[in-house]
Amino acid sequence: MTCSLFHPGLLLIFSGLLIPFIHGFKRTLFILIIPCLSLLSVWSMPFGSDCSIQYLDYELILINLDSLSRLFITVFAITVFTAGLFCCKQASSTELSAAYVYAGGAMSVVLAGDLISLFIFWELMALASTLVIWSAQNEKSYKAGMRYISIHLLGGVILMCGIASYVYETNSIAFTHMQLNSISTWLILCGFLLNAGAPPLTAWLADAYPEASYSGMVFLSAFTTKTAVYVLLRGFPGTELLIYIGLFMIFYGIIYALLENDIRRILAYSIINQVGFMICGIGIGTEMALNGTAAHAFTHIIYKALLLMSAGSVLYMTGKRKCTELGGLVKSMPLTAICGIVGALAISSFPLTSGFISKSMITQASIDEHVLWVWLLLQAASAGVFLHAGIKFPWFVFFQKDSGLRPTDPPINMKISMVFFAVICILIGIFPNILYNILPYNVNYQPYTVAHTITQLQLLLFSGLAFFIMLPLMKRTLTISLDFDWFYRHLAPILTQIVVNFLLNAQQLVNRFLISLKSSLSFDDKLDYQLSIGKSVGLIIFFFSILLLCFVVL
Amino acid sequence: MKQNWFYRKSSIKKLYISALIILGVVIFVEYFIVLHPHFNIEKIFGFHAVFGFLSCVGLIIFAKLLGFLVKRKDDYYDM
Repeated sequence: MTCSLFHPGLLLIFSGLLIPFIHGFKRTLFILIIPCLSLLSVWSMPFGSDCSIQYLDYELILINLDSLSRLFITVFAITVFTAGLFCCKQASSTELSAAYVYAGGAMSVVLAGDLISLFIFWELMALASTLVIWSAQNEKSYKAGMRYISIHLLGGVILMCGIASYVYETNSIAFTHMQLNSISTWLILCGFLLNAGAPPLTAWLADAYPEASYSGMVFLSAFTTKTAVYVLLRGFPGTELLIYIGLFMIFYGIIYALLENDIRRILAYSIINQVGFMICGIGIGTEMALNGTAAHAFTHIIYKALLLMSAGSVLYMTGKRKCTELGGLVKSMPLTAICGIVGALAISSFPLTSGFISKSMITQASIDEHVLWVWLLLQAASAGVFLHAGIKFPWFVFFQKDSGLRPTDPPINMKISMVFFAVICILIGIFPNILYNILPYNVNYQPYTVAHTITQLQLLLFSGLAFFIMLPLMKRTLTISLDFDWFYRHLAPILTQIVVNFLLNAQQLVNRFLISLKSSLSFDDKLDYQLSIGKSVGLIIFFFSILLLCFVVL
Repeated sequence: MKQNWFYRKSSIKKLYISALIILGVVIFVEYFIVLHPHFNIEKIFGFHAVFGFLSCVGLIIFAKLLGFLVKRKDDYYDM
């Protein structure tokens, strides 16, 4: 093994494993220093490949650094630091440890130069993120975690099949730009898209993330979907299919968030919505679009974490997370409200916030390509984002009716981390060049033209008007919305029950038949003994033939 | 207890009036600036405002209708 440099991802993974053995103030110090070291090491590395390991006949490359991977590592490290600060005093060591391994896995995926090491860290992320969900330690999170890991292991199997056949076809394990011309690249694409929350298996995200603890979801929101965006950016830029998938995700996210009552689930749906913008940008595939996607991933991770920290503070202080139970918290939690509103404005790409300077690049790319319908849909979606996340979240939590709850702002470490991210959101919004200078391609784009600022304000403010005019239609109800997970949460158990009942009935029939056979013959101890053996042998043969039948049918 | 500023009747009225003024300003400022439309459809006066408003109304109505189909009590899966 040759590795001359400090690997930022492995550093996080190993220090994550050490967290349970450190306590008190030392633990706080430790979890704050480690992400800083990761950040330092990635910025002191030269671009290029490093850290190669011989595995079987292949040479794995653990570090393949360029401006795109450096951008993602940077935002991951900043998020780990801030989320770590957010929960350093309260969170359990299990959760922190799992979260650090998870973040380290995400960084290692981003740095991986070949498909095998990418897959290994991809699966590590799936395992560690499940542990983050389970760290909430209640029955709901246990069940949600089981569903989450099942879906992700399925995605892992699909990805593994794709990678194995890709390596067989091309004789190379290098992770580069791929063409959708064989079943192997299709399988790889499906594996990647599953983690991005693409249809049809979109439901895992809004099902599992909100069941994590108040702080666990901050970690969860940042890594899985964004590493998927990263690998798609690298592997499949300019794949037209991704435009349609992205647009579907954008509108799916908005519609389901509008129907939702749980504030953390609203934010989960809006992750899918925002990732949809990125996938759409990857599909457009021009330099402007890819820059926009990378920039949007960067800003999105930060303002989404900010929104989730705000929602997490509300959950931590009140124990409640439903719109119907909350409201009027602006009085007693002013700082949480302000930070939540900054995050909400940033996600709606309001001028002077980070979302404005990143999402505008993706819409500009659709203008440059002269695709009117994509542009119109993106504009409608931008209006819709303001509707479901920009106004709905702050309105139902901090304003609307007075819920009678009077929680105070959260502890100081949570306040500092929220303010820190709120400041970054505004800073990047005012000085876009901070971000533009570290993007993969040269940026030749000026977001703050008078025309663009005014049209964006028109779009957003009139969406706001629509929200308040339609408010009676938006009345929250104590409901959930059925999604694709209905098939495996509701239909599959019912079908299993039917099959089990059928088998039990069949067994009873056989028993009755044997008993009647026995009573029709004369009583004989020997015969009785033989029958009891015959009964069990018969049962085994019976079940075996059913198994065979299933096998033949499948 | 003293009512919060946001919940006083007088301030709600002030908020409404200032909101309407802002909405008016962002539309009528179009008279004074050049918008550089990229597509023909953008040349319609106040296009972005109308488009934003209508797409939101559309989304809310669509969500409401879809709600009749997919909404269930929130203990649906616990039963």
